[in-house]
Amino acid sequence: MRLPSRRHVLELVRKERRQLLRDPRTRMIVFVAPIVQLIVFGYAVNTDIHDVATIVVDYDVTPASRRLVDAFTASGRFRVTDRGTRSAAALEALESGDAVVALEIPAGFAADLAAGRSPSVQILVDGTNSNTGTVALGYANRIVQRFGAEAGSALAVRRGFEPLPAGVDLPARAWYNPGLRSRDYNVPAVIGAVLMLMCLLLTSLAVAREREAGTLEQLMVTPLTPAELMLGKTIPVSVVGLIDLALVTTVAVAWFRVPFRGSLLTLLVAAVLYIVAGLAFGLLISTVSKTQQEAFMTMFLFFLPAIILAGFLYPVHTMPALFRWLSVLDPVRHFLTIVRGIFLKGEGMAGLWPEYLILAGMAFGALGLAVTRFRRSLA
Amino acid sequence: MTGRTLAIARKELIQLRRDPRSLILAFLLPPALILFFGYAIRFDIDDIRLVVWDGDRTQTTDRLVDAFVRSGKFTVVGRLTDYGDAGDWLVRGDALAVLAIPPGFTADLAAGRPAPLQLLLDGSDANTATIALDYAHGVARAFSVRATLEGRAIAPPVRTASRVWYNESLESRNMVVPGLIAVIGSIIAALLTALTIAREWERGTMEQLVSTPVREIEIVAGKLLPYLAIGLVDVALTVLLGTLLFQVPFRGSVLLLFLLTVPFLVASLTFGMFISAAVRSQVLATQFAMIATYLPALLLSGFIFAIANMPAILRALTYLFPARFYVDVTKAVFLKGVGLEVLWEEALALVLFAVAGLALTMRVLKKEVA
Repeated sequence: MRLPSRRHVLELVRKERRQLLRDPRTRMIVFVAPIVQLIVFGYAVNTDIHDVATIVVDYDVTPASRRLVDAFTASGRFRVTDRGTRSAAALEALESGDAVVALEIPAGFAADLAAGRSPSVQILVDGTNSNTGTVALGYANRIVQRFGAEAGSALAVRRGFEPLPAGVDLPARAWYNPGLRSRDYNVPAVIGAVLMLMCLLLTSLAVAREREAGTLEQLMVTPLTPAELMLGKTIPVSVVGLIDLALVTTVAVAWFRVPFRGSLLTLLVAAVLYIVAGLAFGLLISTVSKTQQEAFMTMFLFFLPAIILAGFLYPVHTMPALFRWLSVLDPVRHFLTIVRGIFLKGEGMAGLWPEYLILAGMAFGALGLAVTRFRRSLA
Repeated sequence: MTGRTLAIARKELIQLRRDPRSLILAFLLPPALILFFGYAIRFDIDDIRLVVWDGDRTQTTDRLVDAFVRSGKFTVVGRLTDYGDAGDWLVRGDALAVLAIPPGFTADLAAGRPAPLQLLLDGSDANTATIALDYAHGVARAFSVRATLEGRAIAPPVRTASRVWYNESLESRNMVVPGLIAVIGSIIAALLTALTIAREWERGTMEQLVSTPVREIEIVAGKLLPYLAIGLVDVALTVLLGTLLFQVPFRGSVLLLFLLTVPFLVASLTFGMFISAAVRSQVLATQFAMIATYLPALLLSGFIFAIANMPAILRALTYLFPARFYVDVTKAVFLKGVGLEVLWEEALALVLFAVAGLALTMRVLKKEVA
């Protein structure tokens, strides 16, 4: 087998580039869609809980009960969207989804509080979204607890006791993401998902389309080697992928203010490996599919688990062992580990080398496999 | 009209039967997804890897650490002899949190002085960290109450009776499975139909079809029917697996769910067909369909990420996706058991989407044929 000739490859790259960018609709998909996707999904992938719609049913209506409601709104976590006079109103609000939390203050709340009779506040949470439910319930309990501690201390003082002892204090510091903004964690992941989708979309139908259109036979009679053909298809897409990377990274940092603590060079190396892996998988899919329809379905059957197993929507370490092992085969998972490490922790290749190594292995393994498959399908 | 519609439907079915990968997508994807999501996705955080630095080393601190372990949410994976090593555990991701107990903690607690603990968290996954922090606060609070009220005849000042409705154990599975039905529905629908018309254009069979006396509505209906049937089977399959295998509660009416599934599927299917007819190229149709269905269905439908958390513009945008309304329907029917009296708005929206989808597809088809 002879080495790829530079002239052949350059010629092919020119042809592919022209074919790729000729259609304005494709240009839009390639350059505009990633930015729009990142912005839209960047806002969507937000699990921070604030302004949870809350309905208050206050049977007491005293300064004390109002102070408790104020403690809820002042936290910024809850927003009183409705007030009811009957418990049934709370039920209706939760059922229709107008409120996620219902706070019910019993009659005699203030009197019981002053007399030290431990009044009971009722908190109802709609658990339909288990994530919102868990966090909102935690906040609500904490607010009532703090309110109670203050009231209890005041009561003790009034009765001539010493104020209640302070007890345990638990200040917490979150590293890497001090504000605990879920977006800082999820936006880099969206970058990974968008890049992979782009690579697959641009390559997986490439060979199948030529086969269906009959132009593959024409290419076969030219003196081009399979390696040259593959290079001609991969180089323009890689360049497009890198431009996309630059675009979405800029949006992530400039628009979403995601901290970027690592070095651009480490990101670039990871992205090149990831993009090559993505389009190599795409080409591989293309060579094993006879029609575009088949290629599309296969691509989807690859992309879907790749996203699910990547730890995009939820952490990998909570998965059962079998899925954790499967996820080792997932290029998206490794890329996400890398980008999150680079963005949030400022990690370099020293800490992330296993991921780099795996990505490199996948990239060149899949590319080699695609060339071999392609050669066989030509023969 | 029915004869010709059925003929097109039959042709479409034959074509589908010859395409094993589409069949796999149509019938294996839903159970695979349910199994995947049911087993692989756990948002429930109950195994927080905790490292403890105990600078006090008394019985009280032992009890404190014990309280963390017994909460069932934390696993102590290591103990530090040097507080300076805390960072290593976090940066490698070997621990999610470090609990630091400073010297003098027990003495402070006994003397009624504020006894500070320190919790260091790997905040990079903000969601997990928030929940872990919350559990830690819970443990510390309970410990604190027990420690400070010891020997005092003071009842806790305010009691909270908190109850969670609809998903009493706050299990993520109960939220994921109903939402997944909507995701599966929109993916299957759009992907299966995205190529149907573009393929005919590329192969030149569209001209043949047009030259027959068949009308647009018959083409659309004929291509719609088989996929609608597949979609309904898929939804049924998902409901069965979700309730039988994963014990997700189903409190509402099955009839209502399927009644509302029809307009949802019609809307999603016609959306795929609309793309297909509008771009006439299989490559472009797949690209548009992927970008416009999979990730939006996953991220903008309220399936996992609560729509209430999104900024106003994005919330407005979610109204463009029928999946958003259908997720509301499935979650409400599964978990809340409510009926049309609550869901009529969603039902209306779905019907409107279906009608709009049909009208749009027919218009594009008419324009192209002419």
